[in-house]
Amino acid sequence: MGAVIAAGALALTGCSASGADGGGSSSGDFTTLGLTSNSTPNDTLKALSTAGCQAAQKSNAIKTDADEQTQHDQKLQLLAGQNALPSVFVSPNTPDLAKQFIKGDKLVDISAELKKDGLEDQILPVAKSTISKLYGQADAYALPNELNIEGIWYNKKIFSDNGIAVPGTWDELTAAAQKLQSKGIQAFAGDGKDGWPITRFVGAYIFRDLGPDALQDVADGKAKLTDAKYVKAAEEVSKLGKSGAFGQGVASTDYSGATNQFLSGQAGMFYMGSWILSNFNDASQNKIGADDIGFMPFPAVDGGKGSVDQTPANVGQPLMMSKAAYAKGGAAWLKCIAQGYGDQVLKKSGVISGFKLSATPSDLPALTKTVQDQITGSTSSVLWFEALFNSKATTASQSNGGSLGNGSLSGADFMQQVQSALGQ
Amino acid sequence: MNSVLGSRRTALLLVGPALLVYTAITLIPILWSFGYTFFSGGLISGFTFVGVKNFQTFFTDPNAWNALGFTLRYAIIVTIGQVAVGYLLALLYVFFLRRASSFVRTVVFFPVVLPTVAVSLLFQRMFQLAPQPGPANALIHAFGGAGTDFLGHADSAFWVLIVMDIWRSMGFYAVLLFAGLVDIPDEIIESARLDGAGGWSLVRRIILPLSAPVLLSSIIFSINGTLKVFDSVVALTNGGPGNATTPLTLYMFQTAFTYGDYGYGSTIALMLTILCLLVTVFIFRGSRRDVTKA
Repeated sequence: MGAVIAAGALALTGCSASGADGGGSSSGDFTTLGLTSNSTPNDTLKALSTAGCQAAQKSNAIKTDADEQTQHDQKLQLLAGQNALPSVFVSPNTPDLAKQFIKGDKLVDISAELKKDGLEDQILPVAKSTISKLYGQADAYALPNELNIEGIWYNKKIFSDNGIAVPGTWDELTAAAQKLQSKGIQAFAGDGKDGWPITRFVGAYIFRDLGPDALQDVADGKAKLTDAKYVKAAEEVSKLGKSGAFGQGVASTDYSGATNQFLSGQAGMFYMGSWILSNFNDASQNKIGADDIGFMPFPAVDGGKGSVDQTPANVGQPLMMSKAAYAKGGAAWLKCIAQGYGDQVLKKSGVISGFKLSATPSDLPALTKTVQDQITGSTSSVLWFEALFNSKATTASQSNGGSLGNGSLSGADFMQQVQSALGQ
Repeated sequence: MNSVLGSRRTALLLVGPALLVYTAITLIPILWSFGYTFFSGGLISGFTFVGVKNFQTFFTDPNAWNALGFTLRYAIIVTIGQVAVGYLLALLYVFFLRRASSFVRTVVFFPVVLPTVAVSLLFQRMFQLAPQPGPANALIHAFGGAGTDFLGHADSAFWVLIVMDIWRSMGFYAVLLFAGLVDIPDEIIESARLDGAGGWSLVRRIILPLSAPVLLSSIIFSINGTLKVFDSVVALTNGGPGNATTPLTLYMFQTAFTYGDYGYGSTIALMLTILCLLVTVFIFRGSRRDVTKA
């Protein structure tokens, strides 16, 4: 009986795995799938449809859609299983899932397609190398609709009022945090509900202490997160959390709550990516004023192998294109996106992308200019803590970020849980 | 009528469509899911036959045991809470409030009709510490306490979940048990009172045995519901902090749909089904023995 059922299931699963070669849209629409939490990609593509992509729009009209970030990966998996991915979509939260898409031949090789039109230099080298590193491919399988650097933003007024110099080392950073704590000021705004803004500290510390290849070694099985030198990073963050540096309620504070803490002057520092600039440049949200916000790279660890020049960088959740839907006007859209997205998104939303600009606007806000200078000045980039992990380890890490941020979880236990989810 | 229903062909014609729909939407997916338990992989990477490896993994997976432990702890505490509070409320309706109970019944029943997500948001706000302290922390502050991030710590998050789910469903069990209590003939209670029974002894010797069948139904109903808890956990804590409040259902969902491992996800689902069956059979057998004794 069992064998019959198993054989039946094999036939059925085999059926579902292959699926029909349908493509994302049965009509000729150029379909998109963005995120409800970040409307910029969809807004920019819609703006392009009337400025730069009119021809592509005429033959294959854009049809935008968006879903919740927490449901995004599940939706993409189901769509990919049915060969029904949208023409262009925000990549999965977990890079590992995108790797499966590449392996399953679901995605357009962006580099190869752009090369056909002589447009390969439209993607900046730093963006291409970040995408390559992220997905483990020489070619880029994603469009760098964002190019972010990460680091610590600080409130200049709080720093000067309390006589704090910009920390250059981890010890100086923890001393600054302690000083702020003693004056009753929360040192860091922390989003422990999503977890990753806390686990970013662990990753950044590892890169500074053990060098830029430290997490690649873990992914390759050459090292384990439970090794003492890795555990040290999580212990440092847990210790910082236990001292209350991220605030008592960090585990249940979300992204907007943490942003609000920093922008209302309740916290002295905030580890975040440069995508936060749109919030910083919005006067209705920013109560401390854009001029009072400074940026510092994640500090060095004394005696560490890494350097502060190795900037944590990412391409946000880049856009990807479905191979199945590409025949339906995808090529024309890709060409005009590569040529116009960078200018459009910077002009419209103040977002720095990984596309070459045709002209740099002269009226860039000061903070945006700072970030651009930082990107130009960076000699090399590093990824983030979970970048090379599978979805299970990513979930294990991020769901424990809050407990690490309030110090209720020790660094050793944190690393043990993530390593066990990595399954190596 | 008998001659019509006596015909096999007519019976088949009447039952057929419903049976067909039931088979299509219930039986086939169950068998399909059972088939998945012998495979690994997902929709994108394809499926590979792995025999009983998923079952071996389940028994050695610390996360699965954590989820099972949480599920059992949660189910036992919430079932006791729901049924006990519901029973007390039902006794209150029947013996104290009597005809005036309809308003109280409506008020207590109100949380049952509220969407789970709304109730979860309400409890999140009630127990939050940041950005503004909720009523629970405001009370602690008023008494000079330091405040606690209730949902940020494993133990307190568990108890907030318990309180929320008991509050959310006690009205339902109160009404269910109330229906059982009003069925007890007044004459029996009256004669017991004449024989000197009153208060606790009346409840223990007369009310409790006579309401045992409906109480048993409530327990089975409650334990099966709580073993399969999903929505309230997702909406309140999403299984966190860490995996401290992750029941088997959520672990199954994450495994299948977030980690893309349909085979192991189906194995967890099968284990949950077996658990529900075992618990139900256990309660049935236990109760049958009691009834015989009575």
